[in-house]
Amino acid sequence: MEACTEEEQVKLLGWLRSPFVTRVRIALALKGIQYQFIEDDAENKSQLLLQSNPVHKKVPVFIHNGKIVCESMIIVQYIDETWDTKAPNLLPKDPYDRAIARFWAAFVDDKLLLSIWGVLVGQGEKQQKAVEESLANFLLLDDALRASSCSGNAYFGGVEIGFADIALGGLLVTIKAIQKVTNTVLVDPQKMPHLCAWIDRFSEIDLVKGILPDPVKVLERVSSQRAKFTSAGN
Amino acid sequence: MKGSGEEGQVKLLGASISPFVARVRIALALKGIHYQFVEENLQNKSELLLQSNPIHKKIPVLIHNGKPVCESMIIVQYIEEAWGNKAPNLMPKDPYDRAIARFWAAFVDDKLVPCLRGVFTSQGEQQEKAIQESVANFLILEEALRTNPCSSGKLYFGGDEIGFVDIALGGLSGFVKALQKAISSVLIDEEKMPLLSAWMDRFCEANGVKEVMPDPAKVLEFISAMRVKFTSPPAAK
Repeated sequence: MEACTEEEQVKLLGWLRSPFVTRVRIALALKGIQYQFIEDDAENKSQLLLQSNPVHKKVPVFIHNGKIVCESMIIVQYIDETWDTKAPNLLPKDPYDRAIARFWAAFVDDKLLLSIWGVLVGQGEKQQKAVEESLANFLLLDDALRASSCSGNAYFGGVEIGFADIALGGLLVTIKAIQKVTNTVLVDPQKMPHLCAWIDRFSEIDLVKGILPDPVKVLERVSSQRAKFTSAGN
Repeated sequence: MKGSGEEGQVKLLGASISPFVARVRIALALKGIHYQFVEENLQNKSELLLQSNPIHKKIPVLIHNGKPVCESMIIVQYIEEAWGNKAPNLMPKDPYDRAIARFWAAFVDDKLVPCLRGVFTSQGEQQEKAIQESVANFLILEEALRTNPCSSGKLYFGGDEIGFVDIALGGLSGFVKALQKAISSVLIDEEKMPLLSAWMDRFCEANGVKEVMPDPAKVLEFISAMRVKFTSPPAAK
């Protein structure tokens, strides 16, 4: 039996259907890092989770040689910086390109997530407003990808997937599920050809295919969230 | 007038009372970077601002050799990386310490700022709830200052010198102080948060910071005017 290697001290705490856990799993797979996945339970969070992330009590939680890192895109940056000699680089080298990658990842987290959540839990006028905001946000992403492709890049940052691709890519199954459950179209193939091409391209990467969550489980979760937020009290 | 030199041309679009602009000005000051400050009229945003930040149309925007960078803490990271050889380092070297710094800066932006916004824009029960949540978040930051390996027993979140988290939270100091005055309520209680209290005083007096912090009178004026707007009674239906 091999002595304890670096890989054996890498743990990821989470649940597979989470888009945020998915982001970290993609980063780890891209870097070829072995790790132990510890499946936790959203309805019954473990002591390990509550102690490791006392501030937010959320997944993913990344534990490297006993050191705990929380927040999915912070974990992705940590992975990139810690295993910086392992290709590929998840963030570009140039400071300006890094700023752009961070900008789009922040856009996904601060704007897009909020608007699609609004679609999921909203009703009537409020939901309609969230649908419009989501469409506007997806259009902005489509435009960013159009600009990228003009520079000969298939992905946000370049010819390979990087930071911003991971940020958005982790959400793909969830986005599909939200559209299904709410019977809305948020990603419109006619109006967003670059985004849709990127989605197809991203989803077809072998490494990503093996990691994207089970759509059935995500749909189940998303349905129950909608039911919870739209039942009684309106 | 100084030439732009090695640094190239650096412009900052902003408003002097903005805490987010303050963050960037502090980073630039600490690194000793010369720049042109363009005061924006937020009621009448310039073409340059709208073109440089078409997505959010917000300040601050840093324009370095014609290339715009948006979002205050992304700008601070950019400044750190583009002028990586200029002391001081605003981020630690070690990847784990960097992750912790990013975590707390994100906490300030994702948890604290929305609560403060709630205090600022609401009244009655809603405001009371926002105040309680703000205080709870400040208590968490007090604890972080006390126990984090980087900051425990040190002057700043970043250690002996101002760092990333200090800038993220400290940039808000002027706003927090004015808000406390405007609502006649204490958010950072000296007794319950001795470290944070002392940290804030220390931060506001630091070289590089004190010169760029917003004018307290102007911030108070702004907050008071906004509160009248947000909390005026609804028109009779």
